[in-house]
Amino acid sequence: MSLSEEVSKRFPDVVSQTHQKAGDETIIVRGGDGILALTRALRDDPHFAFNYLIDLTAVDYLTMGVQPRFAVVYHLFSLEKNHRLRIKVPVEESNATLPSVTSIWPAANWFEREVWDMFGIHFSGHPNLKRILMYEEFKGHALRKDYPWNKRQPLIGPVN
Amino acid sequence: MHSGKITPGTSDNLSLDQSIRMKEGTRTKNMLINVGPSHPAMHGIIRIIAELSGETIMNVDVEIGYLHRGFEKMSELGQYNHVIPYTDRLNYVSPLINNFGFCLAVEKLMEIDTPERAKYIRVIMSEISRITDHLTCVGASAMELGAMTAFLYMIKAREILWELVEDVTGARLTISYGRIGGVKADLPEGFEEKTKSAIKETRNVIREVDGLLTRNRIFVDRMKGTGKISAEDCIGYSITGPFARGSGVQFDVRKANPYLVYDRTEFEVPIGDAGDNYDRYLVRMEEMEQSMRIIEQCFAQMPPGEVQSNLEGFSVPADHMVDEAKMGRISSFAGGEAIADPTLEGSGKRFHPMIKTLAKDVSLPPKEDAYGNIEGLMNHFKMVMFGHGVKPPKGEVYFPVEGANGELGFYVVSDGTDRPYRVRVRPPCFTIMQALPILLKGGMMADLVPTFGSVNMIGGELDR
Repeated sequence: MSLSEEVSKRFPDVVSQTHQKAGDETIIVRGGDGILALTRALRDDPHFAFNYLIDLTAVDYLTMGVQPRFAVVYHLFSLEKNHRLRIKVPVEESNATLPSVTSIWPAANWFEREVWDMFGIHFSGHPNLKRILMYEEFKGHALRKDYPWNKRQPLIGPVN
Repeated sequence: MHSGKITPGTSDNLSLDQSIRMKEGTRTKNMLINVGPSHPAMHGIIRIIAELSGETIMNVDVEIGYLHRGFEKMSELGQYNHVIPYTDRLNYVSPLINNFGFCLAVEKLMEIDTPERAKYIRVIMSEISRITDHLTCVGASAMELGAMTAFLYMIKAREILWELVEDVTGARLTISYGRIGGVKADLPEGFEEKTKSAIKETRNVIREVDGLLTRNRIFVDRMKGTGKISAEDCIGYSITGPFARGSGVQFDVRKANPYLVYDRTEFEVPIGDAGDNYDRYLVRMEEMEQSMRIIEQCFAQMPPGEVQSNLEGFSVPADHMVDEAKMGRISSFAGGEAIADPTLEGSGKRFHPMIKTLAKDVSLPPKEDAYGNIEGLMNHFKMVMFGHGVKPPKGEVYFPVEGANGELGFYVVSDGTDRPYRVRVRPPCFTIMQALPILLKGGMMADLVPTFGSVNMIGGELDR
């Protein structure tokens, strides 16, 4: 049984789908509510032992026609077991909020700030959710598909 | 700024409003000092706000984003091959590793394999880049402590290695040498001998610098015990690479998830235990030696292939061929070979199968075919026009490679068209920068510079 199927069997009411495309073990969870319990269990269970949150990012599926609009993607790695897992959490545009996993992996702090900055997805329980790459006065979220790539927001106006 | 309780271990809850606190009855107060962004040690792109009590750092806030160029947004605009020049600008001290990391991610998505020789070339070039990166990091750290000699010696060695990179790619920094399905061109003539003498020279330099620094009283006093981080914190903060190995975390992507031909080479992964600046220095010094070992083994194992200059018989310079072909006069060289400079014009036809996959929908045809016959021309256009080009199937992949600073991962989402739907890069020094407050808190102000130097912060990949 593949790793993603094992996780799915262990958490049947959280995981909705699994796949192993191109050798990447992927699980898709039903919604954001169970993510805290799921990730904590994946970290603490010695069978999975995912001690590394390698990456946390998001994808905006607006022009791809996938519903719901966003997916937050977690890439986990276990040093001890040497295996990797991708968790995808679908996020609705109308309620773009997920629980923060900073309490499980401190590394999530800046990753979540970046997702907030670039996609406007809110993380509840985050200690300091503010923009990280863009400046505070920046309007909009640059990696959303409906944000024009050539839009300019200069901090200072034209001279003269 | 957000206000809240100051707790140790998190980077962002420094409160500017509360930070100037008067102690009861005494007239001491903590001082806020702003290091950067326009500070020579901060590379002009990092702002560190340090709260000092005397000379001790009480709290630190790190601000990044000054070099944000929108790499991920720009990657969504062009074709897959158009991303490669952008990846040069991520880690600009070892750009070849970024190139290959992105190519490997797309190749995984398309489930294609590259020729053996291309794999060895990729490993050799990656390891040369790793050495240049470590030389820069160690040299610059030493210079910031006043060891100008060590810096100049290491830059001398880096110069020799960059000359090798220039020979192969035609450029020193913005190399764009990786291609989906292989590499741009084969190695130039005499490259192996030149590399071997460069390795010899680099070994001499490392030995000299080792003699100058490793037991140098001033250097050891400044490095030992400063900027400490435990293995648990490294894992919690998702720190990888030489930085984590300095703290005793046994993790190297080349060993854990071997890619290319790393599983066919023998090398050691050096591990430190103290997790301080000195151990990270030792790890980097040893990693350079191991990289040179890998390069030597690759040359011994690499399947042979002639290089461009030994063409026999009838051959036409490529630029001449282009001019003739533009006017439709191709009969005169229909059976001939073009003489193309491997670094600038691309690869010649007879070397093409050794360094590029033969899948027509992935790699550009050899220039002789593009200029010499209609099939080649059509293939070329089908590769470069919008709406055609490399079209991976719908799906997503994550591919990690061992960058010079740690795990460099590319997460690519494809919607089945010729443009990437989303390209995400996992920059290794992003997570290290996040842990900077842990490294600095409780230390002296003067230790900020060596600790920051050992992070080897690269603005291009940090801010993207």
